[in-house]
Amino acid sequence: MHMRRIGLILFLVLLALLPLLPSFYITMGSYIGLFSLVALGLVLLTGVTGLTSFGQAAFMGLGAYTSAVLTTMFSMSPWLALLVALVLTIGVALILGAVTLRMGGHYLPLATIAWGISLYFLFGSLPDLGGQTGLSDIPALSIFGVELHDERFYYYLIWLVCLAAMWGTVNLLDSREGRAIRALKNGLFMAEAFGASGLRLKTVVFVYSAILACVSGWLYAHMQRFVNPSPFGINIGIEFLFMITIGGAGNIWGAVIGATLVTLLKTTLQGVLPKIIGQTGNFESIVFGVMIIMVLQWMRGGVWVFIERFLPPRPDKPAGGSSDLPVRSQPQRGEPLLKVDAIRKEFGGLVAVKNVSFEVFAGEIVGLIGPNGAGKSTTFNLISGELPRTDGDIYLRDEKISGLRPPKIARRGLSRTFQHVKLISGMTVIENVMLGAYLRTRDGLFSAGLRLNRRVEERVAAEAAKQLTRVGLGDSMYVPAGSLPLGKQRIVEIARALCADPILLLLDEPAAGLRYKEKQELAKLLENLRSEGLSVLIVEHDMEFLMNLVDRIVVMEFGRKLAEGLPHEIRSNPEVLEAYLGGV
Amino acid sequence: MDTQIFLLLAQDALTNSAIYVLLAMATILIFGVTRIIFIPQGEFVSFGALTLAILQNGAVPGTVWLMLILAVVAAIMEVVRLLRAEAGREIPTALVKTLLPPLAIAGIVYVCAPLKLALGWQVLLSIMIVTMLGPLIYRVAFRPLADATVLVLLIAAVAVHFALVGLGLLFFGAEGVRTPAFSEAQIDLGFLTVPGQNIWVYATSITLILLLAFFFGRTMYGKALRAVAFNRNGARLVGISPSLAGTLAFALAAAIGSLSGVLIGPITTIYYDSGFLVGLKGFVSAIVGGLASYPAAAAGAILVGVVESYSSFWLSAYKDVIVFTMILPVLLWLSLKSVHFEEEE
Repeated sequence: MHMRRIGLILFLVLLALLPLLPSFYITMGSYIGLFSLVALGLVLLTGVTGLTSFGQAAFMGLGAYTSAVLTTMFSMSPWLALLVALVLTIGVALILGAVTLRMGGHYLPLATIAWGISLYFLFGSLPDLGGQTGLSDIPALSIFGVELHDERFYYYLIWLVCLAAMWGTVNLLDSREGRAIRALKNGLFMAEAFGASGLRLKTVVFVYSAILACVSGWLYAHMQRFVNPSPFGINIGIEFLFMITIGGAGNIWGAVIGATLVTLLKTTLQGVLPKIIGQTGNFESIVFGVMIIMVLQWMRGGVWVFIERFLPPRPDKPAGGSSDLPVRSQPQRGEPLLKVDAIRKEFGGLVAVKNVSFEVFAGEIVGLIGPNGAGKSTTFNLISGELPRTDGDIYLRDEKISGLRPPKIARRGLSRTFQHVKLISGMTVIENVMLGAYLRTRDGLFSAGLRLNRRVEERVAAEAAKQLTRVGLGDSMYVPAGSLPLGKQRIVEIARALCADPILLLLDEPAAGLRYKEKQELAKLLENLRSEGLSVLIVEHDMEFLMNLVDRIVVMEFGRKLAEGLPHEIRSNPEVLEAYLGGV
Repeated sequence: MDTQIFLLLAQDALTNSAIYVLLAMATILIFGVTRIIFIPQGEFVSFGALTLAILQNGAVPGTVWLMLILAVVAAIMEVVRLLRAEAGREIPTALVKTLLPPLAIAGIVYVCAPLKLALGWQVLLSIMIVTMLGPLIYRVAFRPLADATVLVLLIAAVAVHFALVGLGLLFFGAEGVRTPAFSEAQIDLGFLTVPGQNIWVYATSITLILLLAFFFGRTMYGKALRAVAFNRNGARLVGISPSLAGTLAFALAAAIGSLSGVLIGPITTIYYDSGFLVGLKGFVSAIVGGLASYPAAAAGAILVGVVESYSSFWLSAYKDVIVFTMILPVLLWLSLKSVHFEEEE
């Protein structure tokens, strides 16, 4: 049996046997479960998506207090109160997300600090909530009319919820939406270029992490049977962040490890430190503060990275079966495909692209060349929608695509690669390529979380395998994308773009950094793609690479179009020679 | 509410705003130069006031020990770094540079503390000690993370905040202090009495803003800091060292923070953990300026001061709730402003 599976079974057995220990340990185990649940959401938010929140303790508080108030004052059933708490939590998370997630990544943590502090003071000040003493006599949970008081019941319930959430999270990450979520950490451009909406996915992740915290708070309130403000303060919110930093923010197990270590360490230090120092107080914060700095400086991946080192690599998921994803109808050869009409881009006073026009017809490879700073990449980004244009229009077939955001342009059949390779280095090559098919399937968050998407996933994997074989990388499907040499990574990007079933392929300097032989292979690949009817627009420096490959060339200099024509015409064009060689 | 109370609250608002302006400027400065969202800015405030309180008693404050420990750690880190870079010859210079200023300050404090000097000198000593902490914290906690993301730096900043609050409790105990006012004078305007300390706050705040404007506008170091904030790589290419800029930014921020601390020490009771909320209100002010614009941050500081002051009259228990909830409409406004991209369908 696989080592990872043995480890998991060992963990589950220990977890199941823990209630044989005295009551103190069961309580401890329950707390660790509750904190793991919150930390799990934070792993997804921080480690995977690259956002963070200091307000998770406040969401916990929202869950706990909502249920406490509704069950004690209005005699509502705890289960119904959970629903109300979830609705409230989702509402708050949506508002916080709406005002911060469009902006830089640091606004969410700042907003959650403010919200965490506000809610904490509100809990402490509203007279109906009992101030600092809080609310007591919260009813226990009951199932079919039986009230459950045994702490072992809560222990098992908490861990059941926690493990279910972990299972759902792993499933989610291993899906269409999950791959797009994992792409967000390195900026929105790549995920958006394949049709995902970065804002939507970030909001989804933040709401999900808030929901986990809310459920944890609800469980906490009914386990403790009383609530007060102190466990939901901003410092506890910060401690959750410390948990995943110590445990490892990049993996769901980091949440469990971090929650366990921090909880145990905190309990120990709270016992020991005041005795050493000779006065009471939260001196453990000094140790945690120093420890986090050391972890960040010396082992940024946290404890999980160490454990991972001793585990064998994950087994490959064979991509069998045939791909039968729907295919777009390709345009007729020679039909006008892309029309760039007097496009213009100004950055402040600088005009980077001055009213450039050209066309690409179906079935041809067009090269866009020019010296450094000619505005090639800007033009490219105007076409792909990454930059908004100042003036002019761009049409794909008959549809205007200028003014659309990249996901909508991708939906219309344009697919691209990046000048600076944007692969998710920790993911396998095939997973990276599967991201390309984002728009070709529809399975959503719930079917992914519950693992109902296996059939679709198989088809997407088969399609990715097909595209990888097509570009000649059939034998490195299961290695991490980051371990490939740069030249191969560029080819993976092409496979990913092909996986989107485009009608036009945009390549941004595909030959940069490639060796001679790799360039020859790339040229051969592109020729094959053309013979299969695909249309390609290439931005490139390398004249030699282009000359024997492309059908037509557009030359840019100082932001304007200098010349356009067949390769041999361009080669002997005096203006082009002047621009490239400074006059001969 | 009668005119009298209205004016008193306005005076409170102005005093608080004057402090928030200073803290907002320090926050923006550090973020611009180092990309660190420096949550512990408020700890410089509380450490400034509490250090002064201990000096008032003729004792050596714990912050001096913190300074020395950080200096030793910083020195060790310097030696390790230089040995790894095989630049062993530079070790003596580096050691002198790292250790001499803290040792000198510690020596002066050790000699002067029992003398119970005049208030002005003790204020100066307090500011010196806390200002020295700034660059040392930068060297020990943040410089090794210079290549990290804003997110990692933020986590480190929060960790530093945790450590400093715990150390504050260790050094100063849980008791709050009020330091003596710089001036006992009362200025009677007929309709309102303005305490001399408030005049000190306004005057110092305005002077400091003018000095900083001069520093950033006219001096080479100030321009270098602006260059780093504007474009880190570009500044490096023209020979501005990012770590020197970081050190300078932290020293300035710590100086501003400790000065704010000794200024409000006589007006409000300062506890070891008071700095956090004060610093965060400076932060809220800075966010109004999008963490980039000094004038907008000043406007934000006045807004925060006014909201805080008047809400403390009507809804005193919810004062902080209101101030911190105010950030949401501000963020909404910033968010709507930041969307440049046109949507056409």
